[in-house]
Amino acid sequence: MNIDPIHQFEVQRYVELLKLSGVSVSFTNSAAFMVGIVALIFFFLTYATRGRTLVPGRMQSVAEMGYEFIAKMVRDSAGTQGMVFFPLVFSLFVFVFVANVIGIVPYTFTVTAHIIVTAALALLVILTVVIYGFYKHGMHFLHLFVPSGVPAFLLPFVVLIEVVSFLSRPISLSLRLFANMLAGHIALKVFAFFVVGLGSVGALGWLGATLPFFMIVALTALELLVAILQAYVFAVLTSIYLNDAVHPGH
Amino acid sequence: MNKTWKLAAAAVLWGTATLAIPATASSLESSSASGRPAPMVVAQNTAPATTPHEPTGAHAPGEPAHGAAGEAHGGGFPPFNPANFASQLVWLIITFGALYFLMSRVTLPRIGRILEERHDRIAKDLEEARLRQAESEAAQQAYEKALTEARNKANAIAGEARNRLNAETDANRKALETSLNAKLADAEKSIAATKATALSHVRGIAVDTTSAIVSTLVGAGAPQQDVEAAVDAALASKSA
Repeated sequence: MNIDPIHQFEVQRYVELLKLSGVSVSFTNSAAFMVGIVALIFFFLTYATRGRTLVPGRMQSVAEMGYEFIAKMVRDSAGTQGMVFFPLVFSLFVFVFVANVIGIVPYTFTVTAHIIVTAALALLVILTVVIYGFYKHGMHFLHLFVPSGVPAFLLPFVVLIEVVSFLSRPISLSLRLFANMLAGHIALKVFAFFVVGLGSVGALGWLGATLPFFMIVALTALELLVAILQAYVFAVLTSIYLNDAVHPGH
Repeated sequence: MNKTWKLAAAAVLWGTATLAIPATASSLESSSASGRPAPMVVAQNTAPATTPHEPTGAHAPGEPAHGAAGEAHGGGFPPFNPANFASQLVWLIITFGALYFLMSRVTLPRIGRILEERHDRIAKDLEEARLRQAESEAAQQAYEKALTEARNKANAIAGEARNRLNAETDANRKALETSLNAKLADAEKSIAATKATALSHVRGIAVDTTSAIVSTLVGAGAPQQDVEAAVDAALASKSA
């Protein structure tokens, strides 16, 4: 336990694996949580579907609902051809979802509260869009930036706006998730300090500490909502961006 | 904007919290600092961790407190510390790559197969239900057809029996009527014969009666021929 509200974001190096020209690669608490998240997802989904029953049980229903939820999301925004990205969107969704939800538990590490992680995931999405777009459509992919039916004198500005909006996508995608996780967790910790601080003062402090305590309860509920919502938003935006790779014409 | 506000609030609180409970704060700080396994971080931490509450307590809450918090953890705000970027990136690539591989090769096909099997099964069952329904409808129609046929046949048999009985009755009646007519004719014939005989006796009786009446009235018997002639004339005038 630490009284510092940003201590929870501290990356702790357990084992240094290699060091190349001053850049250290270590097994950290972040890495441990990433491994744990992947293991949890895989074992849960495998365990839930172990029966492969015709009439699903509770856990199998959860696995099937997740599958159908993401499948519908991808199909609705990127069409049937976009279903090649279904495993990617599903992986992104469950990874972000489980990382966010685990992060709410006290003493845990929130993988998605680190800009490098969210930026890497956002870059993965955008690079997938660009590479798949050029691979599938060649130069036609650039039509993404040239909307049809725009007057010629406006076209340069529109293209400029389109390019800027495209380039800002990975930034907004990564910052949204990062900032939501970070701010929420700091707010939770701040109110937790109020409880501890007031509680140590005395009887009156105990009385006063109930207020921030109820605030923590409410904030935790809000944070759970935010955690789920941000995972959903990340997945929806990913499907929408992937739609550009599948159908570059506006 | 929101983030900076939160950070400022956190820093203020960090200052007030260390003011309120300096003893616990320092003990926790030093224990967690010494418990850190990485030697690099420990080295950066040792200097400020020995006297964390002394300077923060003296300073006004806000900027100085935030500075102290930053110092205590080395490299500033952890999410922006580039020293940890490589480790996080490498492990994200490893773990997310593994997740993608497991999802796309194992888990999603598995769930997809379950859903497909259910879908197929439902479609098959519906198809079978449709077939069964068609069968039952055919059976119903066959039953109704058989019922109609049986009814028609029964009607036909009944009608035939009725016709046969009617014919028999008619024949019997006709035979009876003919025999009765024959008997009637016979009877009429005998009646006519009896009547004729009776009528033939009327003349004799009339003659006898006339003779007797004449003899009684006149006193003397009239000749037989005259009486007979008178009776015949009377009978002839009567029948005419």
